[in-house]
Amino acid sequence: MSEYVFLFRANQADQREHMGTPERAQASMGAWLTWIRELEAKGHLKNPGQPLDLAGKVVRGAKKVVTDGPYAESKDMVLGFIIVEARDLAQATELSMGCPMLGGSGSVEIRPVAKYPA
Amino acid sequence: MHNLALAEDVVQDACCRALEVWEADGVPENPSAWLMATAKNRALDVIRRERTARAFAPEMGRLLETEWTLAPLVDEAFAAGTIRDEQLRMMFSCCHPRLPEEAQLALILNILCGFGAKEIASALLSGQAAIEKRIARGKQVLAEARRLFELGDAEFAARLSTVRRALYLLFSEGYHGASAAAAVRADLCAEALRLTALLREHPPAATPATDALAALMCLHAARLPARIDAAGDLSGLVEQDRSRWDARLTAEGLALLERSATGAELTPYHIESAIAAVHAGARTLEETDWRSIVSLYDRLMAIAPSPVVALNRAIAIGQRDGAARGLEELAAIEDRDRLSRYPFYPAAQGELELRRGDRVAAAKHFQGALALARNEAERRFLEKRLRSCDPSNTGAKP
Repeated sequence: MSEYVFLFRANQADQREHMGTPERAQASMGAWLTWIRELEAKGHLKNPGQPLDLAGKVVRGAKKVVTDGPYAESKDMVLGFIIVEARDLAQATELSMGCPMLGGSGSVEIRPVAKYPA
Repeated sequence: MHNLALAEDVVQDACCRALEVWEADGVPENPSAWLMATAKNRALDVIRRERTARAFAPEMGRLLETEWTLAPLVDEAFAAGTIRDEQLRMMFSCCHPRLPEEAQLALILNILCGFGAKEIASALLSGQAAIEKRIARGKQVLAEARRLFELGDAEFAARLSTVRRALYLLFSEGYHGASAAAAVRADLCAEALRLTALLREHPPAATPATDALAALMCLHAARLPARIDAAGDLSGLVEQDRSRWDARLTAEGLALLERSATGAELTPYHIESAIAAVHAGARTLEETDWRSIVSLYDRLMAIAPSPVVALNRAIAIGQRDGAARGLEELAAIEDRDRLSRYPFYPAAQGELELRRGDRVAAAKHFQGALALARNEAERRFLEKRLRSCDPSNTGAKP
């Protein structure tokens, strides 16, 4: 078994669409909970991760320039991550298919945790 | 059941918090919604702070670690538990096994029904100071109860009987309550009926005893329209206009009583609703089958003796065998000192004295009752009875 980080991305419009009202937020949260539970029940949830707040800072370059970020116009802000355990990349990809974030323009990026030679 | 356990625990926290805040600022307009919101916030706080110290169900623990799922889990725990209605869930929470039954009742009546210590003291035939102390101690016990527990079958059954008793008291308080504002609080009766109906919808709680309790409430609620007469005065069973009894509620009560007649357990609710059914079956006072009623009271005294039951039994004997016998029975009530604050003990004495023609003794008893009256309607009712003791007032019906 190998570990895969699932990075969840969406744009702001999409985020508003799904969390815009308490009812919609609740429906979205419910679908999310169902999906995570299923991963957990099947032993694929290596680490339940955390969601990330959208407000933050970005520090860049040798001059250490600090800007507000991530950028509002950004097409795909990272919303958070979980770590999944799967046989291979194909299975990990398959597991991501049920993610309710894929309902709108959201995406799941599946990245194997790299194993560097000792 | 894990979700229920989580909810139980934080609801206790919320209840304790409610006691503190409500004591200082008064009870909010919608206490139930207030409690729900507080309980959810408490749940989030408690879990974030004490994740590692608490024993959560293993399949739940990891999902409580992450903000991805924490809030939806808490939402779910409060929205779709085994017991749907938050008020019922809170009632079950207040029935903590480490609390004596009277403390559980005091907490339920205080937190869920907004009763003050005085009303609770009256409903439980206890002193106000004792109730205040009991609530404070109960709050402390709930605050110390750190362990999340599961409500096993035995625990559920034990708590169910306390919840039933609380609903019974809630109904009684509405029906012949001690509230300063009104002698009859139909809103409390309606609440008790609603919560009992809810219990009946929840299969493990829908036992014959619950049916019997529901029957009892329906049969008594049917008499509510006649309990206050046209002038707004309290009207006793003896003088009620029976045409104003609610036939639909009577029918529902009788059907429930029939449903309750299964299983081996005979509860006080069964007997009390049977008594109410005998009254419901009598179109006039004279038609009442007092023999059946006395024998039902005998059985009630055998399984659930209390001074109030003994009082009602004595009144029934007075109806069956005459006033003198009724007075003997009243005087023979063993722990009648517990009725020393209850206006209807001297009122019953007055009624029977009046019936056997001793107006002086009757007046003395009604005066005693008047001094104990807990609200305006009771006072007016007893003043009327007192006036009927006046020898010049010969037209008065006893």
